[in-house]
Amino acid sequence: MTEPTGLKSWLTTVDHKRIGKLYFWTAFCFFLVGGIEALLIRSQLAQPNSHIVDAQTYNELFTMHGTTMIFLALMPLSVAFFNFIVPLQIGARDVAFPRLNAFSYWVFLLGGIFMNLSWFVGPLFHAGRLSVAPNGGWFGYANLTERQYSIGPNIDFWLLGLQILGVSSLAGGFNFIITILNLRAPGMKMMRLPVFSWMTLVTSFLLITAFPVITVALVFLMFDRNFGTHFYQVSAGGDPVLWQHLFWLFGHPEVYILILPAMGVISEVLPTFSGKPLFGYTVVVYSGILIAFMGWGVWSHHMFSVGLGPIADAVFSSTTMLIAIPTGVKIFNWIATLWGGQIRFDTPLLFAVGFIAMFIIGGLSGVTHASPPADLQQTDTYYVVAHIHYVLFGGTVLGLFAGMYYWWPKMTGRLLNETLGKIHFWLMLIGMNVAFFPMHFIGLLGMPRRVYTYSPDLGVSTMNLVSTVGAFLIAVAMLVFIWNVIRTRTAGKVAGDNPWHGATLEWAMSSPPPVYNFAQIPTVHSRLPLWNEPESVMQKAPTGPIHVPDGSWWPMVAAVGLPLMAGALIAHALWLAFVGAAILIFGIFKWGFEPFEV
Amino acid sequence: MSHAAHAEAGHQTSMGLDSRKMAFWAFIGSECLLFATLISTYLIYKGKSLEGPFPHEILNIPFTSFSTFDLLMSSLWMVLALAAVQRNDMKWAKVWLMGTAIGGLIFLGGQVWEFSHFVEHGLTLQKNMFGTTFFVLTGTHGAHVAVGVLWLLTLWVRAMQGKLTAKNAMTVEITGLYWHFVDVIWIIIFTVVYLIQ
Repeated sequence: MTEPTGLKSWLTTVDHKRIGKLYFWTAFCFFLVGGIEALLIRSQLAQPNSHIVDAQTYNELFTMHGTTMIFLALMPLSVAFFNFIVPLQIGARDVAFPRLNAFSYWVFLLGGIFMNLSWFVGPLFHAGRLSVAPNGGWFGYANLTERQYSIGPNIDFWLLGLQILGVSSLAGGFNFIITILNLRAPGMKMMRLPVFSWMTLVTSFLLITAFPVITVALVFLMFDRNFGTHFYQVSAGGDPVLWQHLFWLFGHPEVYILILPAMGVISEVLPTFSGKPLFGYTVVVYSGILIAFMGWGVWSHHMFSVGLGPIADAVFSSTTMLIAIPTGVKIFNWIATLWGGQIRFDTPLLFAVGFIAMFIIGGLSGVTHASPPADLQQTDTYYVVAHIHYVLFGGTVLGLFAGMYYWWPKMTGRLLNETLGKIHFWLMLIGMNVAFFPMHFIGLLGMPRRVYTYSPDLGVSTMNLVSTVGAFLIAVAMLVFIWNVIRTRTAGKVAGDNPWHGATLEWAMSSPPPVYNFAQIPTVHSRLPLWNEPESVMQKAPTGPIHVPDGSWWPMVAAVGLPLMAGALIAHALWLAFVGAAILIFGIFKWGFEPFEV
Repeated sequence: MSHAAHAEAGHQTSMGLDSRKMAFWAFIGSECLLFATLISTYLIYKGKSLEGPFPHEILNIPFTSFSTFDLLMSSLWMVLALAAVQRNDMKWAKVWLMGTAIGGLIFLGGQVWEFSHFVEHGLTLQKNMFGTTFFVLTGTHGAHVAVGVLWLLTLWVRAMQGKLTAKNAMTVEITGLYWHFVDVIWIIIFTVVYLIQ
């Protein structure tokens, strides 16, 4: 019952709290890597005709910035909270499949390392430069990504890395669906679930439905590049637009995979710091579900410039405008939650309110893309870059930071410093607006995305310099946060069980929680158990020894097989594919037959 | 197995359903999207080949009907295997598990023969859009059958070792879910690719 320590205990852990921490720190490192890539991009664009990086490196930087931020930073940061918080919120001892959960993490880590190795292995491919990093954009449009136009292994690293990461996402999706549906404490009906757990469930359904589509699209690309098929090749009767359809059929649900968890976080933070229940809980939940459904019917708004014809354009334009309705409903519910509340402006609330404000700006520019004539002017310009950064940085990143400040005391036992937190928030909010707001104008004035430099005649030089200053302000904000984290380890205020006076079950136990979570599984009678019935759900002393599952090596061993198989394709080494497959199968068999009690 | 331990420890699930079985249904839902994408792509590129061999020139419906019949029968044997395990009749369980695996192997053998026959007649992955979409679609399905065969043989070995009993019926039931799903997908592929040319 005491928590084991040491390296082995981390490598073999199946505890959702530890896996959550592993996810958090790994994803946070990738977040910094993606941030450094962004700073290099902004340094290059600070002045016209600049030569800090060459065009080829620039292509790699924007491709890896997008890919890293989406697949290696924001998604896994959300998953870190799924892991740490969801079992606590629903009153469970762990997730439904603890070893599958460990497998998800190791596959994610190895997939991220695999893709980033491409920065350093150029000499192995006689590339004439250090890096063979992916360079076709995070959306990897065919036919640019076909072997004919991308000869080196760059795109192979990208498509194989994404395949590996897809395995992790799928496994995680199944795990959290079953955990939330099946492991709820007695009395925790679906409509009593905390909204964050609800959004985790909705996101998990999106994961398991959207990832098969990108998997197949990537398999087609892999076959085209390596085995001579013609899926995206016009010369043999194929069609590169098929890639766009399949990619965005995945890609738009992916947008909601990125934003719904952050919406879940602020739906927890706002009620806690307003001292009143979430306004219109059911409507917020149903809006989340509706957004997920409608997210499947809007993908072609990414493709207006392809020329799909007036009917397709009209349909996708309408569905895109419609999806703003459930989103707007949520925003009004959040504002109404604050209305008349006993508001405490602690750092988590600042980030949550920042989320609402920034997401509204991003949402409004998003609605402008919904109109095909306007979109044709905006496509491939910095206007779109401004939009995605307002929703993904102003939305997802601010939402995730709200979650970090909110749940940090639960995860570590200590509160992050409030003063530093507020400095972090304001620097970040000002920094992101300085960085991203000018991009609207830069784009409308005609500066294209993904081009490594621009002419002074375009008249966007000053605004680009301003934008770069903003990017570095964000970097300073991140340094403040990192300093806060380091400081908190030793000097942080001890949190206690429920420092924010939260209402949900994760606050019913010590911080950090004991390895078994709940000494006795509580019985829940309301949506806000700690406000309405604290005496019945507060942690009690264990009545006897509590069984905690042992660790297992096999999820990690099985995970090692995947990057080996991917590496085999790049190295053209069939034997390596067999070695990878053998390790994967061996790991799965050992895993299947080891004695393991949940 | 963890399920048995789970049940014996008296844990109740919220939905009253076995977690592994639910996860497997979610997995099947996810797989539906995978095959839907593959089949849609096949349909989109139907008739887009610039040169032959074209489907009507090369597909052998009587032969594939036999493979299809064999795979359908193996689903029946899978049902019988599960029924035998559930009543703890391990003698027949071994027979039907092995029968199902052999059914899968016969199907795979048919596919190997069909693929090599096509290649001899000039239809390769690279030849035209039909080859490109046909081999990737049916090959993906074949890989699923191969995983199922490996799984069934594993269960058979466990049964021979005496480690598979009625307590593990859920494991066999989930294997069956997978096997039937792969079978249903084949019915769709057979209809779309072979019957509706």
